[in-house]
Amino acid sequence: MSINSSTVKKVASLARIAVSDDEAERLVPELNNILGWVEQLGQVDVSGVEPMTAVIPNHLRLRDDVVNADPLTGGNVRDKVLANAPQAEHGFFAVPKVIE
Amino acid sequence: MTDLTNLTVADIRDGVAAGTFSAREVASAFNAAVEEGRALNAYIVETPELALQAADAADAARASGDLKPLSGVPIGMKDLFCTAGVQTTAASHILEGFTPPYESTVSAKLWAAGAGMLGKLNLDQFAMGSSNETSAFGKVISPWRDASGKDLAPGGSSGGSSSAISARLCPAATGTDTGGSIRQPAAFTGISGIKPTYGRCSRWGIVAFASSLDQAGAMARTVKDNAILLEAMAGFDAKDSTSLDLPVPQWEANLSSNLKGKRVGIPKEYRPDGLNAEIAALWDQGIAWLKDAGAEVVDVSLPHTQYALPTYYIIAPAEASSNLARYDGVRYGQRVLPDGAGLQDMYAATRAAGFGDEVKRRIMIGTYVLSAGYYDAYYTQACKVRTLISRDFEAAWEKCDLLLTPTAPSAAFPLGEKQEDPLAMYLNDVFTVPASLAGLPAMAVPGGLNSAGLPLGLQIIGKPLDEQGVLNAALALEERAGFTARPEKWW
Repeated sequence: MSINSSTVKKVASLARIAVSDDEAERLVPELNNILGWVEQLGQVDVSGVEPMTAVIPNHLRLRDDVVNADPLTGGNVRDKVLANAPQAEHGFFAVPKVIE
Repeated sequence: MTDLTNLTVADIRDGVAAGTFSAREVASAFNAAVEEGRALNAYIVETPELALQAADAADAARASGDLKPLSGVPIGMKDLFCTAGVQTTAASHILEGFTPPYESTVSAKLWAAGAGMLGKLNLDQFAMGSSNETSAFGKVISPWRDASGKDLAPGGSSGGSSSAISARLCPAATGTDTGGSIRQPAAFTGISGIKPTYGRCSRWGIVAFASSLDQAGAMARTVKDNAILLEAMAGFDAKDSTSLDLPVPQWEANLSSNLKGKRVGIPKEYRPDGLNAEIAALWDQGIAWLKDAGAEVVDVSLPHTQYALPTYYIIAPAEASSNLARYDGVRYGQRVLPDGAGLQDMYAATRAAGFGDEVKRRIMIGTYVLSAGYYDAYYTQACKVRTLISRDFEAAWEKCDLLLTPTAPSAAFPLGEKQEDPLAMYLNDVFTVPASLAGLPAMAVPGGLNSAGLPLGLQIIGKPLDEQGVLNAALALEERAGFTARPEKWW
């Protein structure tokens, strides 16, 4: 299965990465080489095999339902959360207009 | 006076405790080495003041009889670990200027154990690469040289760590390993490095690449130093849902190179036609060394080995495409806002400008294999093959306790040689990726030099949670290899 530049552009759009026509053309053989290589996995007989979800047996834990149980992941740190924002206003992240 | 930068972690710890030298003298010597070593481009950020601050605390602790396990030991921190108040970039432009308001669990544990930070070490961008050429802050250069005089790759992605340790710009460093990013650079630079069992070290505060594979580990010049560092890094953390709730063993205290009663498997699939002759010879030498240490050597088969790399190059990009969705120009990092652009255009422009070529390539592969219509054929199939790869190891553990293999298929190559061919670059991880897919502890240890005078490494792979067995076998190799070569200083 090989991809063309319109597929590359569609994937780039899904991934929210702007690509020019030239870049899309350049990516076609690069991505096809990689995809052609990984396709050998289709040869492996996986009938009756479950996909792996965890490499080491483990169980999911629940934490106590307590506010700020761990101060490192707790709340009341608005200014720290916003400190690295490219644009923060009035205590919020600011983005360009979404609705015309 | 002894060259303090040539001391091991254990030497520094014990020397500071004994008062042979002060922690401040050690930190000052390494700070000077870091400055002199700038031509290697191993550090993205230097933090000499933090190294001195920790050293002064260590000297005060000695005076008050309150020394900690790593008091007086300055280390390098891979720039994938969030460090409070110190820029953390994952070697990408998209995070340039990002100053975390919090500390990663692993780095916090190291500081709590008394270690000090010399600086943030360069790496392949978002840990994606095997030569440290994808960093947005420039290539890292290996301190090793062959007769060609060309700049050589320090390996990747932990190439800043490997270069700095082998050049004596730090005695030890943190690394992270997703498919070989600790072990392959260790092999390229003649040092040791261990990736523990998946879940031993908390991933909290480490910039995520492929979460089911990412694991922090140690890099240093000796096996003992790796044991010391890993003991300080590992441990349960409720903030990481895949962290293992188990006590940290006393790996250093239990080091023993007597392998009597241990069975070491030699997987035949790791000896493909055309395996580099010098690497094959070193592997045979390693087998002899382990026998000499008392181990019994058995042949084993891991039949799905050839599928490990393509499996990895579906699963890792798929997870990366999801993890890296967070870089949107809104909450942190770079924002590119073309005139009149809306939100979607801002996302696309920001990500186009902020990510390097290899990162974009992997995000796009990952997006494609997860997209409607292809998910089952690529992603689910890869997850099933991953199960088979893991079962291969389980079957091998019925016949042996450890595996011995080469670490990388070649010695260090010249920078630029493989950069234009992603597939050739990916093949560097052929011997390290299988253990990553199965979450197993694995370690690289230097075995000798090739005919060009460049280091070659051996790899030990162990059962889940058997870091002790891995460290012990690595120690047996280290004692017999007697590897003392170091790069001649040209920088």
